[in-house]
Amino acid sequence: MSAILQTVTASAPRRARLWQATLRRLLQLLAVVLGVAVINFFLLRLAPGDAAQVLAGEAGAATPEYMAALRAQFGLDQPLLVQFGKYLLHLVQFDLGYSFRHGMPVAQLIAQRVPATLLLMGASILLAAVGGVILGSLAAYRAGKLADLLVSLLALVFFATPLFWIGLMLVVVFSVWLDWLPVGGMITVEAGYTGLAYVLDVARHLVLPALTLGLFYMAVYTRLMRATMIEVRRQDFVRTAVAKGAPAARVLVVHVLRNALLPLVTMLGVQASAIVGGAVLVETVFSWPGLGRLAFEALFQRDFNLLLGILLCSSTVVVVVNWIVDALYVRLDPRIRLQ
Amino acid sequence: MHHIKFLRTLLGAAALAFAGSAMAAAPVPTPGGTLTTIIQPEPVILTSALNTAAPTGFFSANVFDGLVEYDNDFKLKPALAERWEFSKDGKTLTFYLRRGVKWHDGKPFTSADVKWTLENVWKKIHPRNQILYGKVTSTDTPDDFTVVIHFSEPSLAVLSSLNSNGAQVLPKHLYEGTDILNNPYNNKPVGTGPFVFKEWSRGNYITLERNPEYWDKGKPYLDKIVFKVVPDAGARAAALEKGEAQYAPFSPVPLKDAERLAKLPSLKLETRGYEWLSPWLFVDINLDRPYFKDVRVRQALAYAIDRNAFNKVVWYGFGKPADSPVVSTLKQFHTSEVPQYEFDLKKAEALLDEAGLKRGADGTRLKINLDYLPYGDDFKRSGEFIRNALKRVGIEVNVRAQDTPTYTKRVYGDRDFDLSVVWFAGFADPLVGVTRAYWSDSVGKNIPWSNGSGYRSAEADKLISQAQGSASQSERIALFKKLQQQVQTDLPSLPLLELHFFTVQSSSLKDAVAGVDQVYGSLKNAWFDSGAKVAANPAPAQR
Repeated sequence: MSAILQTVTASAPRRARLWQATLRRLLQLLAVVLGVAVINFFLLRLAPGDAAQVLAGEAGAATPEYMAALRAQFGLDQPLLVQFGKYLLHLVQFDLGYSFRHGMPVAQLIAQRVPATLLLMGASILLAAVGGVILGSLAAYRAGKLADLLVSLLALVFFATPLFWIGLMLVVVFSVWLDWLPVGGMITVEAGYTGLAYVLDVARHLVLPALTLGLFYMAVYTRLMRATMIEVRRQDFVRTAVAKGAPAARVLVVHVLRNALLPLVTMLGVQASAIVGGAVLVETVFSWPGLGRLAFEALFQRDFNLLLGILLCSSTVVVVVNWIVDALYVRLDPRIRLQ
Repeated sequence: MHHIKFLRTLLGAAALAFAGSAMAAAPVPTPGGTLTTIIQPEPVILTSALNTAAPTGFFSANVFDGLVEYDNDFKLKPALAERWEFSKDGKTLTFYLRRGVKWHDGKPFTSADVKWTLENVWKKIHPRNQILYGKVTSTDTPDDFTVVIHFSEPSLAVLSSLNSNGAQVLPKHLYEGTDILNNPYNNKPVGTGPFVFKEWSRGNYITLERNPEYWDKGKPYLDKIVFKVVPDAGARAAALEKGEAQYAPFSPVPLKDAERLAKLPSLKLETRGYEWLSPWLFVDINLDRPYFKDVRVRQALAYAIDRNAFNKVVWYGFGKPADSPVVSTLKQFHTSEVPQYEFDLKKAEALLDEAGLKRGADGTRLKINLDYLPYGDDFKRSGEFIRNALKRVGIEVNVRAQDTPTYTKRVYGDRDFDLSVVWFAGFADPLVGVTRAYWSDSVGKNIPWSNGSGYRSAEADKLISQAQGSASQSERIALFKKLQQQVQTDLPSLPLLELHFFTVQSSSLKDAVAGVDQVYGSLKNAWFDSGAKVAANPAPAQR
């Protein structure tokens, strides 16, 4: 009884600290979102031409009446500050606005693309992390031997080759020559698959883009893991573990790997944040219906409501990923505390 | 003698019989199959009555019929309208509509739909049609299947633009009283056409299914059409090569890949079906620049560019050197009796000298900028070709790149350019697509694809407005020929090429071209030759 009481009283200040930290983080997020909204709203308007001009341009013909109708439809005929005020007003109500170009609310457009993006992101991060850890460990344990040489060479090649080129080569080899995998897209629409067949179909379409997007980071992780593991293996506590007769596998997983993972987790955070940018290329090459392409097209089409919406969502993702990375630090290394 | 005669008759009969059997063997369309096409860029909206962008037009005609269709010779064929007649004074146009046509939601199609669309869409929103329907004073619908359009002035050009792209009829019952541009049916269209809209997965694909109740009995032959969005040109080439897509219009792959794909037995290149667009590539010269005000300088530019070499080197022969803004496939309107500017560097240099633009110490007469329409590599290389051509006569050209909205604002709004490389669609009547490049009223109003050179000629304006209001087609033709002579004398812009767009399609897809406007027409006539269909549509199990 007294023991329980003791733990409760002991955890009270800790819980308060946690609340404080959470609150601080939420405020941080709010500031980031507001900053992104304000800066980008005005920055984007520096680009010459507007959405009405783009639409008229694509139409291949236009008249003053048509342009005026479009501008009125988009709200572009109002003063900039009025447009900004309206945007903020919508934003505080968690409304990302309306994409007139697509004739759809921005939130809905983004929601349609999020699953494809998450799938591609998740698959490529998983591939990069798992592949990087295994190959890096292999190279570290065989440092200087043939396996190390091969792995390091491979890592260097993937590290140095441009993303789009890898993508195109993969298509040429695995789709056109060998005919194993589809050229692009996310599903075989013509076939109308359901259930398990649908899942398998999506998986087959996922292989090449996930590989293309993941290979670069896999190379980064391989090199990172190799270097840190060689370093960690020289540490006293590893020597102690080996000396006390711990099995080699246990030494690898519990002592070496866990300590070598910290820099990898940092890089994972960076990858997750950078992937929206990298995804533009891969999504274009593989006709993958994700967010990156949507953002890229929105910029060229001057669809600023949509672009702002995507930027806001992705900056939120970056902030959240950083939280997760911080939490992982604590999990991996008990000496680190959340502030 | 008689025998010989008899023998000859016999042989003749045999030959006839043979020809007859060969004709009987002409393939009968096999119904069925799914056609996968590539649509690029992804359309913004699926109704071309509201936006005439190319991808929308390519898609939209499969869902919506026009009042008429065009055959391979620009002649009108009945579609939603079975008959039509212009009054002698060219001011009254009557359409007799097809009976028993139903919208995809089951509601009957009537003259009220045509009247409503004309008054609310063609007249007010359609970006090209205001010049055609601007003079409409009233529209009568004496009964459900007759539409009578009254114009204040003769408007013969209307007949050139009555297909699904120029006169797309929208369902009144779904649009009346709504905010037309924001109507949800813009993106889930309900038409009368051969195919019914099924699904649009953004950034991914659009699917259509066969309309079993289509008025053109037996058509369409295809069960389903999938429009895939494939943003990368290399991926488009790979998808076509592999047979994952069997039809891709609007020059979907780089010109150098086109040659390679054309050699594959499974694919063929088709350049028919774009004639209705009458596209021409030209250089706009900014007439506000002091050094371009002298016509001799503009003539020098024309003489300095070798259009034959330009066609071969830059456009891989997918074009024809142009001598007028009205392309030669528009046989009745085109004339070659215009001033010609055959490639001649000496003449170009002499004209520049005469105009007072002497070569400086470094051999340079003038330094200017060139902006090209950023529609891909071909346009960039067009700019580079012109840079090299003009360098030889002492004009230093700086080629500038930018994205499309920046380009259109620069040329049509800010007018901050010297030369601009662009293409326009001239359409089947010069009034629709050609005159906008020369009509003085639109200069500098930031209207894309209008008069970019800043040409202001009372003579040209007069010819244009006369041609617009004339009730006699032969008079209109004469006026347009005069206009071509006028603008080729004044040279506010240099027509370089008549462009030949191409479609890459599976060789097993038959009858995919039914008229001069096929690229903006429906695929209701297309069918898969059953022998080759398997190869074009591999069953998923085989893959």
